[in-house]
Amino acid sequence: MNDPVIRVSGIRKAYGSVVAVDDVSFEVQRGEIFGLVGPNGAGKTTTMECLEGLRAPDRGTISVLGLDPFRAGAALKVRIGVQLQEAQLQKRLKVGEAVRFWASLYASPVDPGVLLEQLGLNEKRNAWFMTLSGGQKQRLFIALALINDPEVVFLDELTTGLDPQARRAIWDLVRGIRERGKTVVLTTHLMEEAERLCDRVAIIEHGRVIDVDTPRGLVARHCPERVVVVATADASARQRFLELSGVEAVDADGASMTIRGRNPGLVADVIQCVSRHGITVTDFHTTVPSLEDVFLRLTGRSIRD
Amino acid sequence: MNGLWQLTWLEIKIFAREPLGLFGTIGVPVLVFVVLGRLMRGAGPASPEAAFVKTGLPVLAAILMATSAVVSLVTIIAIYREGGILKRLRATPLHPATILTAHVLVKLLFTAVTLALLLVAGRRYYAPDTPGEMLRFAAALLFSTCGILSVGFLIASVVPTARFAQPLAGVIFYPMIALSGLFFPIALLPPWLQMMARVMPMTYAVSLLQGVWRGDPIASHLWDVAAIALFGALFTALASRFFKWE
Repeated sequence: MNDPVIRVSGIRKAYGSVVAVDDVSFEVQRGEIFGLVGPNGAGKTTTMECLEGLRAPDRGTISVLGLDPFRAGAALKVRIGVQLQEAQLQKRLKVGEAVRFWASLYASPVDPGVLLEQLGLNEKRNAWFMTLSGGQKQRLFIALALINDPEVVFLDELTTGLDPQARRAIWDLVRGIRERGKTVVLTTHLMEEAERLCDRVAIIEHGRVIDVDTPRGLVARHCPERVVVVATADASARQRFLELSGVEAVDADGASMTIRGRNPGLVADVIQCVSRHGITVTDFHTTVPSLEDVFLRLTGRSIRD
Repeated sequence: MNGLWQLTWLEIKIFAREPLGLFGTIGVPVLVFVVLGRLMRGAGPASPEAAFVKTGLPVLAAILMATSAVVSLVTIIAIYREGGILKRLRATPLHPATILTAHVLVKLLFTAVTLALLLVAGRRYYAPDTPGEMLRFAAALLFSTCGILSVGFLIASVVPTARFAQPLAGVIFYPMIALSGLFFPIALLPPWLQMMARVMPMTYAVSLLQGVWRGDPIASHLWDVAAIALFGALFTALASRFFKWE
């Protein structure tokens, strides 16, 4: 898989004295869901809007589908789909009118009726934009982003402000976009969203890309330690766990033992050890590090701060 | 200009769905016209009231029409910018100029509709004019509206939020109407106010409309036409230089 549809190299964008994006570089492969992940104000949206051709970077180069987004804006706009952060439409615009109007702007749009059906908006087609719920508005914006059957879809903070159920429904829709062979670039400040949805993520903070990889790869590289907690009354267990390969520490707290190690097979090793030595276990759980932990490790702070 | 008619039609429908905006644009000038006309109907034929009804009132109503169209445009642009609607439209293949032109067309259309309503309402006070003269008046009004809309665009370019748009537009346009020569001759103003009146397109619009209403040929108002066109081009150029999409 080496077929980049987007190449970003060394872009920088400042608003007055505030540097929003500073020397950002990454590539996005065809057919993947790529996430720009970081806290609010990290420079995700500015980066995204440079990719969409809505802003010109001060420095650096961008190629989307082989085109410079700002200079070849008109040629690119018909091949990409865009959902903007916190965008609105005319309050009294009907859902059906919006998709039909958007469809009229492109040479070969998809069928607006079919699209509304797929996004579950068919019964809302005569409703005014102002009467839609947050989730319905976002589904409409997804519909508008897909109306021209684009090759690349940009989704900026798609699920912000939605309840967990609506959020999950939107995730399924985004996976559906990938299944149609399209490339998706999204921004999110939700680590869980990035972890569940993205094939690869770029972690951004203070306008810089800190690292790029699959969520699993980032966790393996930056938070390789595994933690297994075993509750047992067996006093000999602690020594047996310490002898396992890759185990760095076993902290006993009453009957609960917390086993820490860097061996990716730690969990299996502990289970085997328990069964081989016939250790009586009353509770057992593992803690797997997440992107949240990666962010904390890389930046020294929690993304929610 | 791909998408211009579709967007214009869409904006017409959206505007018509907002009862208050529709009343402000169409209702207010018609109401002012009918109420003032009735109040002054009893005056003797040689009184100043009768003279006002004969020539002042139609031009006042026309200027109100153009102004409410412009204030409404400034407000809509500000709301669209604040809500990110302009930005969302700019992410489509629509040409940026198309997005703004659609709004101008909507305003011109509603101005034309209001004028038609005024003609119906004014049949009682005015001898039926020849259709040719009314068409000339309509053309002069639409042309003047375009000129004044350019000032609206300049205001819309710099107004920070939708909340400020309407009061700011009012503060700018109502003094422009007061100084335009509609209520008293400009020559009676102190010199510095005369200067101000001369650099406002509203003044030339009033002069043009008054002349056309009196039955002057347009050729005798070429200076007004040229001034409106010049200011229109100047303010449009400034607006496009400073226009912010978000």
